Amino acid sequence: MFYREAGQFKSSYKEDQAIFPILQDRIGMGIILLIAFVGIPLFTGDYFIGAIMTPFLILALAAIGLNILTGYAGQISLGTGGFMAVGAFAAYKFATFTFTFGGFEGTMPLVITILLSGVMAALVGIMFGIPSLRIKGFYLAVATLAAQFFIEWVFIKVGWFTNYSPSGVITAPPLIIMGYEFDTAAEKYLFTLTFVAILALAAKNLVRSHIGRGWMAIRDMDIAAEIIGFKPLQTKLSAFAVSSFFCGVAGALWAFVHLGTVEPEAFGINRSFAILFMVIIGGMGSILGSFIGAAFIMLLPIFLNNVPPMIGWNIGVDMVAHLEFMVFGVLIIFFLIVEPHGLARLWTIGKEKLRTWPFPY
Amino acid sequence: MTEQTVNPGEVLLEVEDISLSFGAVRAISDVSFDIKKGEIRAIIGPNGAGKTSMLNCINGFYHPQQGTITYKGQKRSQMKPYEAAAQGIARTFQNVALFRGMTTLDNIMTGRNLKMKSGLFSSMLWWGSAQKEELEHRRYVEDIIDFLEIEAIRKTPVGRLPYGLQKRVELGRALAAEPELLLLDEPMAGMNLEEKEDMCRFILDVNDEFGTTICLIEHDMGVVMDISDRVMVLDYGGKIGDGLPEEVRSNQKVIDAYLGGGH
Repeated sequence: MFYREAGQFKSSYKEDQAIFPILQDRIGMGIILLIAFVGIPLFTGDYFIGAIMTPFLILALAAIGLNILTGYAGQISLGTGGFMAVGAFAAYKFATFTFTFGGFEGTMPLVITILLSGVMAALVGIMFGIPSLRIKGFYLAVATLAAQFFIEWVFIKVGWFTNYSPSGVITAPPLIIMGYEFDTAAEKYLFTLTFVAILALAAKNLVRSHIGRGWMAIRDMDIAAEIIGFKPLQTKLSAFAVSSFFCGVAGALWAFVHLGTVEPEAFGINRSFAILFMVIIGGMGSILGSFIGAAFIMLLPIFLNNVPPMIGWNIGVDMVAHLEFMVFGVLIIFFLIVEPHGLARLWTIGKEKLRTWPFPY
Repeated sequence: MTEQTVNPGEVLLEVEDISLSFGAVRAISDVSFDIKKGEIRAIIGPNGAGKTSMLNCINGFYHPQQGTITYKGQKRSQMKPYEAAAQGIARTFQNVALFRGMTTLDNIMTGRNLKMKSGLFSSMLWWGSAQKEELEHRRYVEDIIDFLEIEAIRKTPVGRLPYGLQKRVELGRALAAEPELLLLDEPMAGMNLEEKEDMCRFILDVNDEFGTTICLIEHDMGVVMDISDRVMVLDYGGKIGDGLPEEVRSNQKVIDAYLGGGH
């Protein structure tokens, strides 16, 4: 009833093109950010912050990355885990690289390390995006699958990437910015949240710019896009680059903030699939959908796991695990049938209904 | 690569003896014609006569095996569609080729892409030059939306629009590129009388107000004879008539091709 735009007149194109043109949306977003930045660190425990919220945010970032490539630019990729691995290992190499600069000796600042690792992932992404100029759809998915396996294999086989660690495992350095160490769960969470919030905003801005329109044009009808003047090479490879940048940063955060010690298996094919499912269930071509999808895939199993004990239903742990799989699977099928365009679309339809409620005509 | 400016009445595009075949099928054989700056040029002919193939050759989508195409006094070699777009050739399609997932506004905005230069990073920040550029082009696009009278559907995803409106949005997208030469492939196919009249008015207005040269393919003879300055007739890939509408109408070969006599 209160979700109305009546009376909110826009008098400039600038106002009309704001991310949240409706006042209620702006208020809602403000509340969400307030809860995320203040409420959660203050009022929830270390377990919730460290084991649920932080990985959720990082995976949401990876899902945004894949969504740019698959949802916006229409190029199916199964190499997300590989690109995350590139980010993680590049961050490790940058962080352990000591350089001297005019009498100053030390390692690179943390934020720059993470961003640079994203850039490395972007370069690798461009390389593996080249086949997309020739092949489409499922065939491209298979080509990116090759990227996934190849990258994983390289990090296991080539000792240089792990600084010749005998176990093949890398240990992330402590998170220090300007001498301040982020070591509690809440601090790490805030560090991640800041990254994710800024990058999500950047992604949103990008997809509503002419670059994003180019991606969507290539997705919806590549021939028409070319005839209207988009260069296929530039458009597709920029999508691969930006997408891999996001995945790379997510990988670096996953290694440095969430896990601490990493082996290449952490970025296996299962990770790629999980993120692809987040994108499909959350909503292709929607930044919000990436968050919803990540929440669905990651948080729901945890929630389902805790339901039977909560309602006092005393069944064995293994039974709970089986139930979780069954309910989770049914829910996935249910949502795909009800709304094949993802949960974000359900949200949009809900908003449209709310606008006219209670008089739909 | 020197680009000349072409004055009204001079030849903007000249096609000389082009032939196009797919394997053993000859789609176009030895056709020559020209398009003059500022005119409305129609290409007509029975189904399968090679009309759409001709447009595809002009905007670089097909590459004819023989013959040359000269645009603005400059002979073109093999060229990609986006290069043709950069030189000022825009087109619409026989089957609507809009970006279905995007809104009307975004679809028309894609037509401005060649004029938008802001880089990746400023676009990410949505600040300064990127925002200013976006707003400038939005203003231009709004003018087109006004011109085509589609204000009410600017935020509607084009997949939901009726066919007639989709055609209009597609015309808008082509216009947004400020083309010098506009190729329209059956702009009135599948429309009712009223929609056809609207579309005719838009085509004439575009030609009048922006001085855009238009080359169109159309099956509705009434429309073609009314709005076009010169008409070329193709049949089985060859040219069988070319000239003013009255000349073409009385051309015996054309009558035969359409009425099915003589073959």
